[in-house]
Amino acid sequence: MTAAHGGLKIELGRRYRFAASHRLHSAQLSDAENARIYGKCNNACGHGHNYVVEISVSGDVDPATGMIANLADLDDFVQREVLEPFDHRSLNDEVELFQAEVPTTENLCIEIYRRLRAFPTAKLERVRIEETPNNSFEFAGDGIASASDGAL
Amino acid sequence: MVLLTRKIEFSASHRYNNPAMSEEENRRVFGKCNNPHGHGHNYTLEVTVAGEPDPVTGMVVDLADLKKILEQEVMRRMDHRHLNFEVPELAGQIPTCENVARVIWSLLEPKIPQGRLHRVRLYESPDLFADCYRNGAGRNESAS
Repeated sequence: MTAAHGGLKIELGRRYRFAASHRLHSAQLSDAENARIYGKCNNACGHGHNYVVEISVSGDVDPATGMIANLADLDDFVQREVLEPFDHRSLNDEVELFQAEVPTTENLCIEIYRRLRAFPTAKLERVRIEETPNNSFEFAGDGIASASDGAL
Repeated sequence: MVLLTRKIEFSASHRYNNPAMSEEENRRVFGKCNNPHGHGHNYTLEVTVAGEPDPVTGMVVDLADLKKILEQEVMRRMDHRHLNFEVPELAGQIPTCENVARVIWSLLEPKIPQGRLHRVRLYESPDLFADCYRNGAGRNESAS
């Protein structure tokens, strides 16, 4: 998909925001271990963050529009797949996966990558999440095929 | 390999309109970016040069040289300009973030005196940006 730009690879980056609560607690650990490993993130009643989700997609720049992907399409897709199900929610209680997995931002990166890789008109390159302005996490799909790889 | 990044800011106006499409189609595809009178942004440009630090100077590239090149190639061409009408390199192209980043890449790449251009990242707003890499040197690929 990248041959058309004289050996250049072009990616489009977009940032989105959502606010959600979570609690880091593993059913595989004792209460004492959970408290030791997760510290205040193990607080029984949970806590929350303003998450920033930064995604990058790549592809050919359409000469008619100058775009890799129509932003309105991308925004609608992210809105439907991520922002609606996650914004102002409890990740532990309202996202099915996190009833089994610990909703660390590492796992959240992988889950959001899984949800967005089906974007039809550009290739998802990576998902980067800022849990706070000081902590960020990034996942580029290691071991997961994207829709445009033709593997789905 | 060490990466060095220099950031500059410029302000410019633009309009998205493809004369090959009808007015309705332009409005549908480009939305408010198709406003006939144009609009503008404060762009932030991050230019990353890759290389080994020179054993004598300790530099990947002399920042003073890089600043001069950015001034000549980008600021003089684009700052406080209308990208559709005043930047010949963009003639015939929709001045999207993708296309402006690509033009900036092609302007800068031959001018970098030391090291090599690794990435051009152009922010149109804090939430929208385009990255340009040489194929094979992207974040998900091994640097070669």
